[in-house]
Amino acid sequence: MIPELGQLALILALLLSALQCALPIFGAWRNAKPLMATARSLVVGQFVFVALAFGILTYAFMVQDFSVAYVAQNSNLELPWWYRFSAVWGAHEGSLLLWVLILDVWTLAVAAFGGKLPEKFYARVLGVLGFIAFGFLLFSLATSNPFTRLIPAPMDGVDLNPVLQDPGLIMHPPVLYMGYVGFSVAFAFAIAALLGGELQSSWVRWSRPWTNVAWGFLSAGIVAGSWWAYSELGWGGWWFWDPVENASFMPWLVGTALIHAQAVTDKRGGLRAWTLLLAIFAFSLSLLGTFLVRSGVLTSVHSFAADPKRGVFILGFLAVVVGGSLLLYAGRARYVAGGKPFALASRETLILIGNLMLSVSAATVLLGTLYPLLGEALNIGRISVGPPYFGFLFMLLMTPLVLAMPFAPLSRWGKADAVIWRRALQRIVMLALIAGIIAFALSVHRWMGLLGVTASTYVIAGTAFYAIKRWKEAPRGRRYPLEMLGMLFGHFGVGVFIAGAILTRTLSIEQDVALSPGQVVHVGNYDFRFDGVGERHGPNWLAQQGTVEVSKNGALVTVLHPQKRTYPRGQVQTEASIHPGVFGDLYVSLGDPLGPSTGAAGSSGAWAVRVYDKPFVRWIWAGGLLMMLGGFCAAADKRFRLRRSEEAQAHDPAGIPVSVIQPVQQQA
Amino acid sequence: MNARLIPFAVFALLVVLFGVGIVWNEHHDARYVPSPLIGKAAPAFDLPRLETPSQHLRKADLLGKPYLINVFASWCFACGDEHPVLMAYAHRFGVPLIGYDYKDAPGDATAWLSQHGNPYAMVITDKQGQTAIDFGVYGAPETFLVDRQGVIRYKHIGPLTPEVIARELQPAIAKLNEVSR
Repeated sequence: MIPELGQLALILALLLSALQCALPIFGAWRNAKPLMATARSLVVGQFVFVALAFGILTYAFMVQDFSVAYVAQNSNLELPWWYRFSAVWGAHEGSLLLWVLILDVWTLAVAAFGGKLPEKFYARVLGVLGFIAFGFLLFSLATSNPFTRLIPAPMDGVDLNPVLQDPGLIMHPPVLYMGYVGFSVAFAFAIAALLGGELQSSWVRWSRPWTNVAWGFLSAGIVAGSWWAYSELGWGGWWFWDPVENASFMPWLVGTALIHAQAVTDKRGGLRAWTLLLAIFAFSLSLLGTFLVRSGVLTSVHSFAADPKRGVFILGFLAVVVGGSLLLYAGRARYVAGGKPFALASRETLILIGNLMLSVSAATVLLGTLYPLLGEALNIGRISVGPPYFGFLFMLLMTPLVLAMPFAPLSRWGKADAVIWRRALQRIVMLALIAGIIAFALSVHRWMGLLGVTASTYVIAGTAFYAIKRWKEAPRGRRYPLEMLGMLFGHFGVGVFIAGAILTRTLSIEQDVALSPGQVVHVGNYDFRFDGVGERHGPNWLAQQGTVEVSKNGALVTVLHPQKRTYPRGQVQTEASIHPGVFGDLYVSLGDPLGPSTGAAGSSGAWAVRVYDKPFVRWIWAGGLLMMLGGFCAAADKRFRLRRSEEAQAHDPAGIPVSVIQPVQQQA
Repeated sequence: MNARLIPFAVFALLVVLFGVGIVWNEHHDARYVPSPLIGKAAPAFDLPRLETPSQHLRKADLLGKPYLINVFASWCFACGDEHPVLMAYAHRFGVPLIGYDYKDAPGDATAWLSQHGNPYAMVITDKQGQTAIDFGVYGAPETFLVDRQGVIRYKHIGPLTPEVIARELQPAIAKLNEVSR
């Protein structure tokens, strides 16, 4: 009975979302205030029913209601409650429901905090968000109903895929979805602006904090996913250019371009059409990612159940949403006027370079992800490209961006300032070179590692140079507005990330060795002594647990316990054991038992053991988290607090009169 | 043409591509990788048997009668899905089903088979996966049909399902029998 209530709640939410789309948008068109005023209550109503459905599905997991097919598929009696909780979004149907729930959280937030937006604009934004919710609710009900019954109910459920039974996976999907679903807000703002013909840059200011928060969440979500892959998959890798990873990375790249383009539009009125387009693209790529992952068009290690019917539905929805937006853009964008002209060495140019590189990278990643499909379509067979393609092209494209990065904050809007450039360039380059030389002296001898150290120092020193300059020149108390602080965190994050990514890649030592109990292997500067394997029981697994003592120059550093877990259905899952450190991780994972005495009595035999010394690997995620912090920080700037709309337009804190940033507009 | 329509045009092309992708997938197994080995002699192998590792099974031992080789491993999820199907169909194929335990610890494989049942006439083990390279094994599970001359006649990547068996495997076996008659 209760699951049917969930189903009913979803149907009601679907109806409400249809109204949430239709009434406010129609009202805004006809200037009918009562219709526009329905938006807020419809949003709340829709949220309540989706939350109810989500709660009911969670409840079904908690009480182990195996008469619900989805629960029977993804849980069993032995699954601990916290994984039953995360199992709600452990597979397609539930994660779709999570998607809608998070969309509704965002919508609710816009409804709550956007009350001071112009009435029509507010109505349109909520209407557009309602349309997206409508599409996904329909998708859920039509093709992926989480409440489908399984009668007669089995005695026990199958299991949550053991790969997903990891703390990282409790957090990863919700945070990631907060990110890419969050781009729906920037999208809705852009569409609302296009619909209303309101192509001043004011909508951009209003949408900036939302975009920054979404981008921050997306950064954190990608970091969480990468960390999970590192600790759970047992290969010690942190990024695989897998289609599913790419699906979250493409919106991030475009989103990064978007937050910068928005800054230009907000402050200088420039790049307006481009900002509109990026806002559409960022969310379109989120939808596209959902399509790629859910339709089974591409196969991936994240093997979600593929169903052609689902593929057709999302493709249809994608075509309507993205196709419709792009047509709207084509029709309306000619009313968008350009901003002020700017000099070659101005901040605009540098941001534009960054934007260009980010967009081209996103396109490159998209192309690489779609190669297998292209191959089919052109009838030359399935071809796929791997990490070498992505890694190489990505580094190539990021080089100009990294070079331009420290100079963008240092340059001035509109004008070139050669003096600052020269001074900064001398110091930054000198520091970067010194860091490179020190690294070389400290025995980083591969050119790639040296490149990493120099590039990272270049970015960090460049950002610090700006922070110092600002400290000296700006009046006390106004030195670092939150928006600027966000930029500083974000750019420091990039520097830290570069160091982590490249140093891990060049300095990691990885060894697959066969070890008998008592045997020692020397990896990096450490001695790893294998002390055999024992058994260990978990809530729903039985593990062969190894003991590895790590010492450096005879002093004990840590004892690691890698496991090989066997779950109730016989699935085997490797749990790496990691000794984390600021300057590097020690990572041990257990392979297979070797030699004659294997199987249950394997405790006395030799085992294949993977031993890794991974310097600086944590810097990758630290960089990502700094970027997240940057996004949140920038969004909190009080510049973005909404005042009554006229007031907001009459005064521009950047010091540029509105009449200048909004030049002749209706020329078309 | 209006330059602002370019994004739309590019997107329209993408949608067409995805449409093609969906249609293609409905008619093909997405994991289908054409095997250059079909119609060619199966690679010679010489592998220890799971139950009695001292005994080896060679390709030459099997010449003269057709047989199926099913690549599996205790660590492979999809093999768990496939397993009940094999249990149900193994005796209906009309040819012996040989288990090919791929990159697996013998203890794990034995435990797995005793827990879930053993559909195989015999099981050979390839712990290092060396011979599997000769077979062009792409991932477990995979199934090869080898005829009496030792030539690979059919290959399936991914779990065998009742549909695949009815649509592809059984006709392929029937064809072998026709030819030999």
